[in-house]
Amino acid sequence: MTEEYSADEMMTVAAARQLHNGTVCFVGIGLPSTAANLARFTHAPDVVLIYESGTIGAKPERLPLSIGDGMLADTADTVVSVPEVFNYWLQPGRIDVGFLSAAQIDRYANINTTVIGSDYRHPAVRLPGAGGAPEIAASCREGVVVVRQTLRTFVDRVDFVTSVGFGQGPGDRQRLGLRGAGPRVVITNLGVLTPHPDTCELTLVSVHPGATFEQAQAATGWPLAVSPELSTTDPPSPEELSVLRRLEASKGAT
Amino acid sequence: MAEIVSLTDGVAGVVHDGDTLVMEGFTHLIPFAAGHEIIRQGRRDLTLVRMTPDLIYDQLIGMGCATKLVFSWGGNPGVGSLHRFRDAVENAWPLPLELEEHSHAGMANRYLAGASGLPFAVLRGYVGTDLPAHTDTIKPITCPFTGEVLTAVPALAPDVTIIHAQRADRNGNVQMWGIVGVQKEAVLAAKRSLITVEEIVDSLDPRPQDVILPSFATTYIALAPGGAHPSYAQGYSYRDNAFYTEWDGISRERETFLRWMDEHVVRRAPAA
Repeated sequence: MTEEYSADEMMTVAAARQLHNGTVCFVGIGLPSTAANLARFTHAPDVVLIYESGTIGAKPERLPLSIGDGMLADTADTVVSVPEVFNYWLQPGRIDVGFLSAAQIDRYANINTTVIGSDYRHPAVRLPGAGGAPEIAASCREGVVVVRQTLRTFVDRVDFVTSVGFGQGPGDRQRLGLRGAGPRVVITNLGVLTPHPDTCELTLVSVHPGATFEQAQAATGWPLAVSPELSTTDPPSPEELSVLRRLEASKGAT
Repeated sequence: MAEIVSLTDGVAGVVHDGDTLVMEGFTHLIPFAAGHEIIRQGRRDLTLVRMTPDLIYDQLIGMGCATKLVFSWGGNPGVGSLHRFRDAVENAWPLPLELEEHSHAGMANRYLAGASGLPFAVLRGYVGTDLPAHTDTIKPITCPFTGEVLTAVPALAPDVTIIHAQRADRNGNVQMWGIVGVQKEAVLAAKRSLITVEEIVDSLDPRPQDVILPSFATTYIALAPGGAHPSYAQGYSYRDNAFYTEWDGISRERETFLRWMDEHVVRRAPAA
């Protein structure tokens, strides 16, 4: 049975599949929150969602518009202060997966969410900034990044390093003293990329149905590495699609 | 002991031109009514401090109240950009806006140090990012016991902190619950404070995981029902997500922004 679905829906479904049942996950708002809640309503009912607003074990029935919507507090196992969520829960490495998005990402999965343009004081575009991301990227046991793949997002050099992936390559995270392992996987609207075990460079390991390596290369600002065992992502199941659409329709409702 | 005053008197009593001002509330309990009163009172040259500037600082920045912003995430949550913040940074309109930019973990620890009476806080943070190159309030520090290099950030000790809470009793003790963010630390870090509340009651019956600010620890309490709108007060109101979405259109152009502010804030009398 095949159903029509969009590239964004495929991306969100592929991202949700990265979370296992019981995983403790620090969730950013937007695509990560949608994917994490999709996982919770499909294959991972016991995933533990932590939002930086201090809600631990949030189980929202609808998609929150912000990380501080009231239903996150109403449904959480506990609500803690913001200093506590960062100092007691994130910093010591108690969280399995940090789920992030990006405005720009480079081949070593370094992320920019601060400014577009080379002059920080006079940026072409002022983006929101860091939020919780630098420490989420540093201290979670591993990272999952969800980002649409275009020449604007997949850049040879990020204009600003807001959150560290693998720095300039192998060994940089250890040299910097970052205790988490770094990004394990990057999910886009075209496919799935993982860091090469030797070079740390993002490598295309799977394309979504209908997408090609050539398309992915055309949306990437550097010569894109590709796995010799390039596979095709399983399309969204009817259940994944129906739950995702129900969640999207509920976004921001109170 | 905290004194119970009107919103107008409370704002006039604690906020002066040139102050360093904190208005906290992490998505929940954002003190919009007090922010609007600051705009009506025409305060200028403020250093605004807040983890997530949100719509409230977008409005203060666009109305020319601020010359500096200390922050960690300046977006419209779930919607996109803060256009007045962007216009100030990208085009210096209506004034140039100096930035002091941090991460959430750094800001939270700066409040914690301020509340604790310490000059700085220590955390694992910022390492490998470009933030320390642009923000001089981020420095490495060596642990005297292990030799490990960590990051130090200075305490925040604002002139004034303003927050919104669910309620106070007649002696000025304040109670809040739900997402409590960093408000307790922000109040305790400040020289003066104003807490606006949904209601003033005879006694504060306990709520699960509530936070109490005793009367001796704050300066003024003011009644401002609905004073967190378009954010919310758990148990009293819901977040007005539709308004957060509408703000994108209202704030995108200077003209529509100024017209909206004139109609809904400048020419509107405070509720209490």
